[in-house]
Amino acid sequence: MTLVSVSGNLLFIAFVCYLAATLFFGGAVKSSTKEIATSEKRWGRIGIIITIIGFISNLGYFVTRWIAAGHAPVSNLFEFTTAFGMMIVGSFILIYFLYKTPLLGLFALPIAVIIIGFASMFPTDINPLIPALKSYWLYVHVITAALGESILAMSAVAGLIYLTKNIDLTKKSKQRFWLEAVMLTLVLVLGFVASTTTFKVMDYEASFNYIDKEEKADEITYNVPPIFGMNEYEALTPGTMTPLVETPPIVNAKKLTTVTWSLIFGLVLYVLIRLIIRKPIAALLQPLAKKANSQLMDEIGYRAVLIGFPVFTLGALIFAMIWAQEAWSRFWGWDPKEVWALITWLFYAAFLHLRLSKGWQGEKSAWLAVIGFIIIMFNLIAVNLIIAGLHSYA
Amino acid sequence: MNKILCTCGHENPKGTVLCGSCGRPLTEEASNQKLVDMRYEGSARRSQTFNKSIIDKVWNFFSSVKVGVSLIVIILVAAAIGTILPQVFYVPATGEAEIAAYYERVYGTFGKLYYQLGLSDLYGSWWFQTLIGMLGISLIVASLDRVIPLYKSLKKQRTRRHESFMKRQRIFGIGENALGENTFAKSEEKLKSLGYNVKREDGAVLGEKARFSRWGPYINHLGLIIFLFGVMLRALPGFYVDETMWLREGETRAIPETPGYYLKSDEFILETYDKEKADEVFNDAIERVGTIASNYQTDVVLYKKPEDALPGQTDKLEEVKKDSIQVNEPLKFEGFAVYQMDFRLDELRSMQFNLSNKATGESLGDVSVDLVEPEMSYDLGNGNKVELLGYYPDFTGFENGEPQTQSPIPNNPAFLVKMTTPETPKGETSFVAIKQTVEPFGENKYKLEFNNVETRDVSGLTIRKDKTLWVLALGGLIFMIGVAQGSYWNHRRIWIHETKDGHIAVAAHTNKNWLSVKKDLDQVTLVANLPPYIDQHDLEALEEKKDGEKSS
Ligand code: HEM
Repeated sequence: MTLVSVSGNLLFIAFVCYLAATLFFGGAVKSSTKEIATSEKRWGRIGIIITIIGFISNLGYFVTRWIAAGHAPVSNLFEFTTAFGMMIVGSFILIYFLYKTPLLGLFALPIAVIIIGFASMFPTDINPLIPALKSYWLYVHVITAALGESILAMSAVAGLIYLTKNIDLTKKSKQRFWLEAVMLTLVLVLGFVASTTTFKVMDYEASFNYIDKEEKADEITYNVPPIFGMNEYEALTPGTMTPLVETPPIVNAKKLTTVTWSLIFGLVLYVLIRLIIRKPIAALLQPLAKKANSQLMDEIGYRAVLIGFPVFTLGALIFAMIWAQEAWSRFWGWDPKEVWALITWLFYAAFLHLRLSKGWQGEKSAWLAVIGFIIIMFNLIAVNLIIAGLHSYA
Repeated sequence: MNKILCTCGHENPKGTVLCGSCGRPLTEEASNQKLVDMRYEGSARRSQTFNKSIIDKVWNFFSSVKVGVSLIVIILVAAAIGTILPQVFYVPATGEAEIAAYYERVYGTFGKLYYQLGLSDLYGSWWFQTLIGMLGISLIVASLDRVIPLYKSLKKQRTRRHESFMKRQRIFGIGENALGENTFAKSEEKLKSLGYNVKREDGAVLGEKARFSRWGPYINHLGLIIFLFGVMLRALPGFYVDETMWLREGETRAIPETPGYYLKSDEFILETYDKEKADEVFNDAIERVGTIASNYQTDVVLYKKPEDALPGQTDKLEEVKKDSIQVNEPLKFEGFAVYQMDFRLDELRSMQFNLSNKATGESLGDVSVDLVEPEMSYDLGNGNKVELLGYYPDFTGFENGEPQTQSPIPNNPAFLVKMTTPETPKGETSFVAIKQTVEPFGENKYKLEFNNVETRDVSGLTIRKDKTLWVLALGGLIFMIGVAQGSYWNHRRIWIHETKDGHIAVAAHTNKNWLSVKKDLDQVTLVANLPPYIDQHDLEALEEKKDGEKSS
């Protein structure tokens, strides 16, 4: 077995461990109130042990891939997103030992699983480094930034639990709507994983000639059935679907198609879930969240931001500036990825100020934490895939 | 200034909410609250006290956190809007008209509007910079407004606080004194072992830990202010240099903005990953992507002009060092850094021509023309001569019979030449370009024929000097110290005292991380037999407790 395949297997083991640990944390939370102390402890302990085993395996993936590639595995979208998923688990372990709450695992691990699953949809080859990435600042900057983001993500997890517990789901309200929207978003990510996997298994491929926005001819290959065609496309692969709509040159029809398929799969999945459980997903989770102490969740949410904010500042702004100065001759260039790191930072600064001075605690604070996580994911995914800049990996 | 005299005898400045000494509420509002607002220890802040003159009003505006957060949010939203379309500096167009056209052509009506609203240069706009400036002012004012009163009241806090202060703390408990005077000795000992600074008076203990963390926000704001100041410094002349230069292989040029430094390029190197040679693990990626660059490098020699050299004299350059400039590895000297930023491969360097007799095909010799600094005349011996009448480095065609060039870069060089031979002493004129010969004044006897080209690579280098970097680094460092100080430590206080009727009252406060202060208090409670406390914020725990009491 080569080192690369060892690495892949370790990642898979970690993935399975996280799924298993989620079930145990579920068990810990579900146990009835009377035997809560002992049972919660027992199930919770098994849960955290499995999580730690998974995390070690995950670290094993990281180290072996690092050795195989000769550089830290944070240099493309797959590697970076996987590392982020791993660090979410690491941050969860940290918070678990500070606050001993299994419930957190029940929400944090599925999120890590979704993120790692999402990551695996991108090309997993080991890339050689392009000149701009050849710097040890790459590792220092990316790893610290991702670590900061993953700790900040814990506050969203605590916030989500707070909201699931405290929002009245029996009445129609804005809060109920948005909470379910967050759940739907998670299902849509699963939709992306499901659609990509389906077409990958089918080995779908359709190539086209098209004219790009600079009016040059180019070729593109879809790995999903083309719903949208590129500008002035011309099919090259016989026997594949004819695009339903042709898009203007500034639209990347391939990405639009991928998004559309994810939406279709995700929505079908969501409708199926709703048909089976016969209530909103949030309502399914609510009984589990009911055990949470709101005050404690609020405290964890705040503490996670307090721990994560300095790490994020160091990694995503300060180390980033040092590296940019070395690589691009300027520490700041208003590149979209840089700007979104700044936006994330400003957002959490606002969070801290609102909390400290305006007393935004409890529900408001929980919503802010969830929005913060959405901004982080936006920077991770949308900015990479949609807004092309110097950082663009894809 | 009028003062407020507290019942305990302490004189407080106007505007104080909680007595700086005993903690009694001094305002009607504070006495009506169930829990005291401990944010600035109830001290008198300028912004909360004066609101008359225009200066007061401006001060109060910038001191408000509401304003500060609004500024942060506005900047955040503006920054996001600036990422919708690429900013002007990332757009492959120069000149206003061309840029405007680019936005409209590529992004349609939306692009046109985006450009017209000035959003395409959002970060350089006056209003964006004004917002940043206001943020800076807000940081300064808000910090000054709070830090001084806070410092004063934290410095002279008393061990024994008034019961009305204790009762209004979030963590509070009152009950029997089980151990008598021993309570205080034991509490003191335990608090000390937990790392608290302990002050003890008759029947009262104050344990305090990590007060310095309260200065965290002010220190981090100071760091931000220094950083913003550093950014402003670049506007001053001499602090900041940003130049570019194109350097051809074999060429030596003065480095712009530097005091007498010259740079010679020996070679530009472009390397790509080769499937045969690169590590096997990269094969899949190389196959999928195609060519992947592995290195951009210019091998250079840095020279300095001697002090005593005449202006313009460049023949006595002294070698300073040889270096290879790579991406991520700039050449550094005397505060300057030269970066490998760009390149052009295979720029034409010289062209070879052959002069021959059309009729006999006899060759009269070769001419090699340097395309950057062409000589005006070339003597081939035996009375044969070629003169350049005109040079069009980037020839695009004729307009009204005149040859046109679109740039000074030799992309498509063309020449108007005069050929003189003993047979044609008056000379013949011809227009020659690569694979093209035009004879504007009728049939010639001789022809100058294009033979060959020689090429070389050009390195695009950026020259930077940034004397503000250390100010920025200092600001960043101070910010990190402050933010760590305020985030990883928390100011905790535990008050224990005997009330008038012989009970023991405990209260605790922390600016954040209540779980930890409760844990600390639990440990003290265990050792010193303190009465149980309640967290007056944790309503659920209180409810549960009530339920428990009812059912038992
Ligand atoms: C990007 C800009 C800013 C950053 C990164 C920042 C950062 C911080 C941080 C990390 C804290 C500590 C919060 C905590 O411990 O929970 C803080 C506190 C504070 N900030 Fe800022 N701040 C910024 C701008 C401002 C502005 C513009 C104001 C003006 C109103 C301001 C006023 C305050 C105040 C009053 C505190 C509380 C101090 C205390 O309670 O002792 N900040 N800031």
